[in-house]
Amino acid sequence: MGRTLAQKVWDDHIVRSKAGEPDLLFIDLHLVHEVTSPQAFDGLREAGRKVRRTDLTLATEDHNVPTIDIDKPIADPISRVQVDALRKNCEEFGVPIYSLGNQEQGIVHVVGPQLGLTQPGMTVVCGDSHTSTHGAFGALAFGIGTSEVEHVLATQTLPLKPFKTMAITVNGKLPEGVTAKDLILTIIAKIGTGGGQGYVLEYRGEAIRNLSMEARMTICNMSIEAGARAGMIAPDETTFAYLEGRERAPKGADWDAAVSYWRTLPTDSDATFDREVIIEASELSPFVTWGTNPGQGVPLNSTVPTPDNFSDPVEKLACEKALSYMGLTAGQKIKDIKIDTVFLGSCTNGRIEDLRAAADIIKGKKVANGVRMMVVPGSVRVRLAAMSEGLDKVFLEAGAEWREAGCSMCLGMNPDKLTPGERSASTSNRNFEGRQGPGGRTHLVSPQVAAATAIRGTLSSPADLVNAG
Amino acid sequence: MEKFVNHTGTAVPLRASNVDTDQIIPAEYLKRITRHGFEDGLFSAWRKDENFVLNQPQFKNGTVLVAGPDFGTGSSREHAVWALMDYGFKVVISSRFADIFRGNSGKQGLLTAVVDQDFVDQLWKEIENHPETEVTVDLESRTITAGSLEAKFEVDDYVRWRLMEGLDDVGLTLQHVSEIGSFEAKRPTFKPVTA
Repeated sequence: MGRTLAQKVWDDHIVRSKAGEPDLLFIDLHLVHEVTSPQAFDGLREAGRKVRRTDLTLATEDHNVPTIDIDKPIADPISRVQVDALRKNCEEFGVPIYSLGNQEQGIVHVVGPQLGLTQPGMTVVCGDSHTSTHGAFGALAFGIGTSEVEHVLATQTLPLKPFKTMAITVNGKLPEGVTAKDLILTIIAKIGTGGGQGYVLEYRGEAIRNLSMEARMTICNMSIEAGARAGMIAPDETTFAYLEGRERAPKGADWDAAVSYWRTLPTDSDATFDREVIIEASELSPFVTWGTNPGQGVPLNSTVPTPDNFSDPVEKLACEKALSYMGLTAGQKIKDIKIDTVFLGSCTNGRIEDLRAAADIIKGKKVANGVRMMVVPGSVRVRLAAMSEGLDKVFLEAGAEWREAGCSMCLGMNPDKLTPGERSASTSNRNFEGRQGPGGRTHLVSPQVAAATAIRGTLSSPADLVNAG
Repeated sequence: MEKFVNHTGTAVPLRASNVDTDQIIPAEYLKRITRHGFEDGLFSAWRKDENFVLNQPQFKNGTVLVAGPDFGTGSSREHAVWALMDYGFKVVISSRFADIFRGNSGKQGLLTAVVDQDFVDQLWKEIENHPETEVTVDLESRTITAGSLEAKFEVDDYVRWRLMEGLDDVGLTLQHVSEIGSFEAKRPTFKPVTA
């Protein structure tokens, strides 16, 4: 019987398999950052262990780092201690690191792909749940906790129980103005924040095949918001074209060998999935969240739900709590929601195509009075590429802030935060209570909706700019 | 890791679904580089509300947390598990747990016991009406008892064995280091390296 993409990658990484025990899987790439690693390195030190494969491990600084004044010492002493700890640990254990100020620094999930380190058929882990991003290349990539970080550092393996598989097939073509972000927010609203628990998702179908690599990364990035540890897309010509010539991609005969292996990875036609979900792309429209989890989303051109929309008492209560936290009234139009801050960036939407898409919309226009717009490239390389295209000037002339690379306002761990009650339209991935700063209120949006919202000051699509003349 | 065979203690009813790890411990507390001392960060935003369940004196010393579905969603931060354990929790009961949170719990010795939502509802009522009720969670027989209530819970066989023996994963894996070496010797040359 045929196998799925996920099963093939799994099978090719089994170091040891024994009935009644988890499989021991080899890890091809371990990405490390400052937040989830210090206790893991401490564990190695206490046990007198080394990092087994420093050549398959790479560290970058992203969560804690400021996005202005990066030539000065980090102002927050606790953040500085954590970043310093990463630098010391990497030096002591021989792990390569891209520190603040290095041209390769950036968000860990932007850095791996842009270097060509993330490739089809690999196993990729990181102490960060958005490691699912790398699944866009047909890699089995998932987030791990600090104990598992320590385990991978020490052994380059992880004991894992096989996942179930879920096919998410997106038929047809996305309508004009509908993006990968709208698609994944729609999928999460459909299957729920717990729908993917225990599964690896495989995104398939015409609409997925037509996406660029960066758009595929946006989709796979948010698999975790549907509860799935990993999301994957089969490698194809788009994948190979993206990888060819990148610094860490195979060269010469190795390239040919790699491509012929990668071509064997897509799910066999007679393979079966444990669950299948079908989405018709033509039915989609720009989609935003109204609540406090990523599954609480609706089309932009609709209204805030009322608790009575939910028959399940648990969901009804969740709706009431979310409306109260978000300061919204059931039934109000989404497009009437006034925004204080627009955040364009993150491992979900901080790549060059995202910046281009937003710049296209904002060019020659102004950010609305009273609205702050922050543009934070996902990596130094993305920042430099954007500047070579003049995108920085487009944003600055519109009145937006043009920042250095990092996780920034996605997670409230660095100076970029919302204040209590402040409302954002954010291209990031989580609208949890306080996620972007204590008391902050987050609406998740695409880069295009972010740009249109910055101009109008209320949640808007690019089409609204045209309609308004 | 300490062995976990069974636990008896009072319980805390947390009537909320989708309790994400940003709520369990906000990002601000993740800047610390130690593995202990996270109890002050546990539910720190919610604890500012005097009516929050952990601020009610009758639930202050609970060691069994009974939560709504999809507990532990979001960020992979193991600090969420450390914070729960540092505060004194030994067991979390829910109808659904997020995968990464559940994995992290198993590594640290925090038991995540899965029961259906009906039983969670019954437990909530029982412990709200009688906060002094002792809840016993027995890993050997996979049973939860609380007053007259009793239910079997789901737990992975291998995780159960590791918890009951108090075994450390890294040590277990390093018994197979020669198999890791053999696998490495056969990896294709086109696979990338970081340095």
